[in-house]
Amino acid sequence: MSENHLSELAGDVVKRALGAGASDAECTISEGDEFSASVRMRQLENLKEAGSRGAGLRIMMGKKTGASYTSDLSAEGIEHLVKSAIELADVTTEDPHAGLPEAEELGAIMGDLQLYSPDVEQLETALKVETARRAEHAALSADPRIVNSEGASFDTNVGRHIFANSRGFAGEYRVTYCSLSTIPVARDGDSMERDYWYTMARGFAALEAPEEVGRTAARRALRRLHAVKVDTQKVPVVFEPRTARTLLDNLFEAVHGMSIYRHESFLAGKLGEKVASENVTVTDDGTIPGLFGTSPFDDEGVPSRRTVVIDRGVLKNYLLNTYAARKLGMKTTGNASRGLAGNAGIGHGNFYMEKGVQTPEQIVSGIPNGFYVTELMGFGVNIVTGDYSRGAAGLWIRNGELAFAVSEVTIAGNLKDMLLGLEVVGSDLEFRGSVAAPTLKIGEMTVGGK
Amino acid sequence: MRFSESIFAARFNITRGDLEGYLAEALSRGGDYADLYFEYLLTSSIGIDESMVKSATQGVSMGVGVRVIAGERTGYAYSDDLSPERIRKAARVAASIAAGPGKIEKLGLNDGATHNLYPVLTAPTETAFLERVELVKRADRAARAYDPRIFQVQAAYADSLRQVMVATSEGVLTIDRQPQARLSVAALARQDGGEPQRGHAGGGGRVALDFFLKEKTPEHFAIEAAREAVVMLDAVDAPAGEMTVVLGPGWPGILLHEAVGHGLEADFNRKGVSAFTGRMGQKVASELCTVIDDGAIGSRRGSLNVDDEGRATQRNVLIENGVLRGYLQDKLSSTLMRSEPTGSGRRESYAHIPMPRMTNTFMLAGESQPEDIIRSVPKGLYCVNFGGGQVDITSGNFVFSASESYLIEDGKLTRPVRHATLIGNGPEALKYVSMVGNDLRLDEGIGMCGKEGQSVPVGVGIPTIKIDRMTVGGTG
Repeated sequence: MSENHLSELAGDVVKRALGAGASDAECTISEGDEFSASVRMRQLENLKEAGSRGAGLRIMMGKKTGASYTSDLSAEGIEHLVKSAIELADVTTEDPHAGLPEAEELGAIMGDLQLYSPDVEQLETALKVETARRAEHAALSADPRIVNSEGASFDTNVGRHIFANSRGFAGEYRVTYCSLSTIPVARDGDSMERDYWYTMARGFAALEAPEEVGRTAARRALRRLHAVKVDTQKVPVVFEPRTARTLLDNLFEAVHGMSIYRHESFLAGKLGEKVASENVTVTDDGTIPGLFGTSPFDDEGVPSRRTVVIDRGVLKNYLLNTYAARKLGMKTTGNASRGLAGNAGIGHGNFYMEKGVQTPEQIVSGIPNGFYVTELMGFGVNIVTGDYSRGAAGLWIRNGELAFAVSEVTIAGNLKDMLLGLEVVGSDLEFRGSVAAPTLKIGEMTVGGK
Repeated sequence: MRFSESIFAARFNITRGDLEGYLAEALSRGGDYADLYFEYLLTSSIGIDESMVKSATQGVSMGVGVRVIAGERTGYAYSDDLSPERIRKAARVAASIAAGPGKIEKLGLNDGATHNLYPVLTAPTETAFLERVELVKRADRAARAYDPRIFQVQAAYADSLRQVMVATSEGVLTIDRQPQARLSVAALARQDGGEPQRGHAGGGGRVALDFFLKEKTPEHFAIEAAREAVVMLDAVDAPAGEMTVVLGPGWPGILLHEAVGHGLEADFNRKGVSAFTGRMGQKVASELCTVIDDGAIGSRRGSLNVDDEGRATQRNVLIENGVLRGYLQDKLSSTLMRSEPTGSGRRESYAHIPMPRMTNTFMLAGESQPEDIIRSVPKGLYCVNFGGGQVDITSGNFVFSASESYLIEDGKLTRPVRHATLIGNGPEALKYVSMVGNDLRLDEGIGMCGKEGQSVPVGVGIPTIKIDRMTVGGTG
């Protein structure tokens, strides 16, 4: 199928839906090629390569909604797609807030957002395998206690997103990703631990060196050896960037417009109030060139933008799609997100906490007795109440230094208190994904152990 | 079902000769083994929120995955287009994992052994939409009617019908038709404008729509979700530290899934990265514990007539009276470990490489009365419902999050406590099991298991058990 064919197809699906009786329609088409090479113990283990595509349709019949999707883009498949969505609108309820964005809200950011790098499509298989092999080799060679490995993987994705609706929007963009990761296993006596490290970029040239990835992964696995379970106690807790980022994931859930109108977030009804310490400024920005949460328009055809969520501790904005915005009497923040199936949900752009001034070393050096968390486990976060209880592993802080490894413990508190008790924000912000936070110190949490 | 009646033969005109040709192409560079996994998947889902049916979606996806194994190497390619040219191309790409001359002689495909675990003539996906919409409406009404403090209800119904065909270079051809349906309800309760609390419940299986009309009705799940939300309104802070934990029957069996199940998947043990590696025949649990993984239970969410490598599922003993007995094997690991496959090779879809996975994992019943178990605890925690769990295979540390639990004081259940995560170490945790109830129950059919980016439906089950020591992650 030619390139233009797919964008024409999206417009055509919308027209057909209108022809079949829909009052509004929007069509998403995605196309992607994935490649993955993995090595284990310096030998090639898996090669995977394929391409796929699919179309999703959402239609309105007045204030009723129907949705369908298909991976069959033949004429027969498209006919079925349209028929399915129309049929379903019949069984849904009239919802006064349902519908597409207003025509004046539609649009796209102009200019090159650097989401596509042609080098990704041109990489030879041998180079991809060798890149993974180098990362794992560096990990395995880093220390005699690195005795095993779950391997290293080099992955690429080339994708194309096309979107059209019945209010005049038609747009598309291409994206590329490549990533390299490795998981070494360290062993010393009876103690066995693994950890991972990775690098990810829009283009191959922007990846960190495989040797650096391997050595970092090895260092992380080694420092977990001989972990002990500490006594149950209340102490300051420091989250390194990899775990601090998960607190931003929790915060995103709490400012998610759908949770807000249903009152199933501890931040519902708190706009304009102080919800965090004044060290905390959190922004969602879908416009930063080259980053992983960037796009010219959201999944309803609304331009991506920058939204300040928390400004020096004060809750300023929720993240909204058109539906949540209407429910709350607000305007969309361009955060609509959807796969091929169903109605638009809400996603983030680049969602991050602004950095502070202290280095991680400075933060740790000020703590006589505390917990430096390098790994979190499980799903023990309740966004309705803010209750927070997760499995954790990391290093114990003794007299301002990382003293020994700790595992099989929990950390618990409530996100409301954790945000207000966020004492220090580190200077080490970097984007390793679309959610990012620097090192964070929370004044006190309960560590559950012996 | 016979090959000629399958959608792949009837609608896509694929013949046995075609399959043999694709397998030959896949082995044209000298791989040891190849298989084809064809999938045609219909799904539908309906959501109600604020008493309005706000979403209804149906869709279709199809494709074929071609796998070639050469020693420890796997080549994989897939196509969402079932035309002969595209399948051949995928076969050639997968074939390139091997680098040698083709060695296949004439291949003949014969029907493989299978079960008939879900004899559903009309899958829920094939019924009229209006009937299914009624399920979420009933759930919404029942949850709201349960208690005036319920102020938000969401119910979601989802079903699928997956038609699969697996053809292997060992000459086995299997076809399966896999229905699946699930209804889930979440309710929010609030008292006097205070802090809301959430309750959730759900279930289903490889069943006909009748299951939701006669066995587990929308009202059953709705009342359960609403009850949990209302109970939690009075919850106090969860305790912190090591204590005695009693797990109620059913879904708390997620303990087994996390504590031992993942660690016994053969791929991790073949690579020597599991905390259970090298412990076969050793004592890893108290002698009261016998843990089974059984993919061949009728109508269960985690059951399969054949696994995703075309092998009939079976009952596998993982731990017998506390002693480690078996791993969950797929084709690749069983070949490399010179062991038998256990019908545990699963994959999320045609776009994924199969690996060893659990199906329905449970502990056999013991002899204690559940009331006696609770009565025996002077101070501890009784957990009856959970959210998800997770495990670090290598250290063996695992967590699971209690969403409904109660303090046990002097042998009696006293107050409900707020959500808390429980943490333990796989090869150690079950050694502290000191009582096992006679009330084995399987969960209601809501589990989803994730591994290396692939999600598959699973079941768990457990009788009431007492664990003398486990760390509870509260704040109190």
